[in-house]
Amino acid sequence: MAQVDLPDNVVITKLDELVSWCRKYSLWPMPFATACCGIELMATGASRHDLARFGAEVFRFSPRQCDLMIVAGRVVMKMMPVLQRIWLQMHEPKWCISMGACASTGGVFDTYAVVQGIDRFIPVDMYVPGCPPRPEQLIQAIIDLQEKIQRTGTAWGKELHDPRRSRPPRLLLSDPNHPELPVSAGRFPMERQPEASWPMLSPPPPEEPRRLNSEPKII
Amino acid sequence: MAEESTLQGIRERFPSAEISEFRGQHRIRIEPAAVHDLLEFLKEELGLGLLVDITCVDYLYYPNAKDRFGLVYLLANPETNERITVRTFLNEPEPAVPTATDLWEGANWLEREVWDMFGIRFAGHPDLRRILLPEAFEAHPLRKDYPLQGLGERHNQPIVTRDMG
Ligand code: SF4
Repeated sequence: MAQVDLPDNVVITKLDELVSWCRKYSLWPMPFATACCGIELMATGASRHDLARFGAEVFRFSPRQCDLMIVAGRVVMKMMPVLQRIWLQMHEPKWCISMGACASTGGVFDTYAVVQGIDRFIPVDMYVPGCPPRPEQLIQAIIDLQEKIQRTGTAWGKELHDPRRSRPPRLLLSDPNHPELPVSAGRFPMERQPEASWPMLSPPPPEEPRRLNSEPKII
Repeated sequence: MAEESTLQGIRERFPSAEISEFRGQHRIRIEPAAVHDLLEFLKEELGLGLLVDITCVDYLYYPNAKDRFGLVYLLANPETNERITVRTFLNEPEPAVPTATDLWEGANWLEREVWDMFGIRFAGHPDLRRILLPEAFEAHPLRKDYPLQGLGERHNQPIVTRDMG
């Protein structure tokens, strides 16, 4: 076998690895901070803990510019459609960190309004335990997520065709603590169809075909 | 704390009102039909022009309670620092009182909150919608017969999967 001597400044790798390597060090988080965990999230981004060391410091408040959703705090059922809408507005590839006991399980707020774990309704990649988690824990979650991105990312989005992606995130069959409560995934209020009350998830109305080079409309 | 002249004025005009005192705070209990007249009288003639709050208490499991809902108006006089609590008691079905939005614009959202949480109707309110909970919510969660964990609303939301966006 012929052996080629590479110069010192040349590295050979797979394209997938290279792309994932680029992605994992340029995470742009979307701070969905709804409660006290948000304060720790801010501390994580601030100078003492300095999230910039891990390449994830560019917090953007527009979902179109983000690829990492950090849900920091409890999410109530009225907020859930907002969270889902923001998640759907983010571009692929995207990841989600559920920060704190409340976002992951509802925490101490076992009440009618608080969603018992956002992972029942949107996909989550990393869970951070704690109430609130220390910034180091959040940084650890981001490092773990970077490992996951390196492990699973592909340059051409092969993973997007994985049939497992159509599975509900963590389907609730019955509430273990309150078995009397009805659970019927995807319907609220229980007897109405979701389309009637939550217009955001209904299919978009048929649009008029967009005409290119058409005359500008004079109003 | 209300001044004696104020209390005297209320006694003369509304003989059916019960005035009681607890630790220096005066409370007026009045029947629902007269509550609007009393509020108007307090505002226009006695100078209690500041509506501090409207709230409600559900006495469902309260020992020795005779009526279910206690609707509470907190009024204050910014000039004399007098404060007065007006209470009226309502019962099911269809607890309702006349709105106070014609006296105070600020009563609008306060009454919407009471409607949202306790299901008390304010007759004549210009926009009696839910203010905190989603429109599709059907119960009134601060009623004592509504369970703390709800009736399953928190578990029954649309699910977003990974292939949706
Ligand atoms: S987990 Fe604790 S710190 Fe975080 S939002 Fe819940 S109560 Fe607040």
